[in-house]
Amino acid sequence: MARVVVDVMLKPEILDPQGQAVQRALPRLGFEGIADVRQGKRFELEVEGPVDEAALARVHEMAGTFLANTVIEDFTVRVES
Amino acid sequence: MTSRIGVITFPGTLDDRDTQRAVGLAGAEAVPLWHRDKDLKQVDAVVLPGGFSYGDYLRAGAISRFSPVMETVIEQAKAGLPVLGICNGFQVLTETHLLPGAMLRNNHLHFICRDQKLRVENASTAWTADYEAGQEISIPLKNIDGRYTADERTLDELEAEGRVVFRYLDGNPNGSLRDIAGITNAAGNVVGLMPHPEHAVEPLIGTGRTDGLGFFTSILKKLVGA
Repeated sequence: MARVVVDVMLKPEILDPQGQAVQRALPRLGFEGIADVRQGKRFELEVEGPVDEAALARVHEMAGTFLANTVIEDFTVRVES
Repeated sequence: MTSRIGVITFPGTLDDRDTQRAVGLAGAEAVPLWHRDKDLKQVDAVVLPGGFSYGDYLRAGAISRFSPVMETVIEQAKAGLPVLGICNGFQVLTETHLLPGAMLRNNHLHFICRDQKLRVENASTAWTADYEAGQEISIPLKNIDGRYTADERTLDELEAEGRVVFRYLDGNPNGSLRDIAGITNAAGNVVGLMPHPEHAVEPLIGTGRTDGLGFFTSILKKLVGA
């Protein structure tokens, strides 16, 4: 079975207080030099059958209507080998 | 004939019983509706109550939006059925795109539970006609994903068309853009807000005021007058 990965991130213009909280915690833990953190979601889809154009189109549709809310989030789709 | 107002229960809904009670106090008949049931039992209006439907998995309201009952609600809301979404119900309404924008984690990352002062900006929707424009009310607010967000163009459009129904007063509790606490669709039959009117309908509990009752008397008057 092939794995298709969908990454969902808040759009760049949307405030991400969770990412900011992580970024602010880093120096306290001794991790210096991180200017910004954005937090997102990763979905790993185990696809039955061939991952052809039609299958990827379905994944795009799924991501655009359900996995991501495109009002506030962007997504990317990639096939993992 | 008594007006029938449906109250939907999803798995994880918390405030369905309070909402049914508020509907009854206003003088209407509350009709419990189940998320797996496409049938709305011929109700005259629908309330989507607060809670954490489907555990807020994925995003608040994201999974409820695809439940069988919502298919019918979306279809009928577009045809004019009055729909009120409270808190999680508001989140569901933005996920369905019956209302524009989206809800995000509060900017300070804390769950908030307190009485919240609001200004009624639009007293001509199906759910706010018993208030007066500019009236200040106080009802409970309790959520962690209450930061209303939309792009600038959508916000300008909402403002220009008078579709911002409620605004937070005395400090913005969650980073909502333009202090927005509730909005309506263009037709005024679909309204969503984060604070909870159903928790402020009896003088004995909560704020000691009944500032939330107007939602339910508004819709009742509209239905009876229709």
